[in-house]
Amino acid sequence: MNGVPLSWYLILSAILFALGAAGFMIRKNMITVFMCIELMLNAVNLSFVAFSRHFKTIDGQIFTFFVMVVAAAEAAVGLAIILTVFRNRSTLQVDDIDSLRL
Amino acid sequence: MDPILFFIFAAVAVICAISLIVQKHPIKSALSLIGVMGSLAILYLLLGAEFIAAAQLIVYAGAIMVLFVFVIMLLNAGEEKSPARPSWFAKLLGIPLMIALLGILSYVIQRAAPEGSLAFGEYTGGAREVGRALFTTYLLPFEITSVLILIAILGAVVLAKKEL
Repeated sequence: MNGVPLSWYLILSAILFALGAAGFMIRKNMITVFMCIELMLNAVNLSFVAFSRHFKTIDGQIFTFFVMVVAAAEAAVGLAIILTVFRNRSTLQVDDIDSLRL
Repeated sequence: MDPILFFIFAAVAVICAISLIVQKHPIKSALSLIGVMGSLAILYLLLGAEFIAAAQLIVYAGAIMVLFVFVIMLLNAGEEKSPARPSWFAKLLGIPLMIALLGILSYVIQRAAPEGSLAFGEYTGGAREVGRALFTTYLLPFEITSVLILIAILGAVVLAKKEL
């Protein structure tokens, strides 16, 4: 057999997305939570590229390109927000930042 | 040859992702994430997406991760002080239920995914094809993206300024 079936890529993508979602929920450090979001974006990118190859169109890769651009913008703004929160509260633990909690 | 390479780099990606969510120190998590992104770049190459693989390494593993590491070092982020304390329910059923969910998911994907596989080199998404699609069909989203990045730069500068 030469070549890898599409479903293997999709399963790998699902595993990576699930790991990212799990990390998003169990981690307490704000920066690590942010990195888990990046992991989920990467997992979806893998699906896009795999489908792009399967249907022999370039559209999936263009979508991946746009996801990367949005991820870069999101990382810049998100890290600026983390910087501001740390300056005001001097902590990175998400449990300690609960001003909006009732 | 393709399945061997796929399994090697898929295993590296999954191990690095597990390492990302179990490491206590943020800098170790960041290094694990770089491992995930590097192996994903290899998988993109296997899928024939040359431009995306290069962009993955330059933009993600280069620029974004440097930003992460820079912020971790700037904030002097140490190890997590209060680790998550899972309940007995999560301890007992967490791993088996996760394996069951992944099994069902794999079965459904295997059933639903279209048949057929391509070998390496049959289809390429090099810079020429991506560039042509980007500047003809997707010209408007591309231009809007530049505005988005400009807004993100302004937002980051405003947020990170000392006095608002």
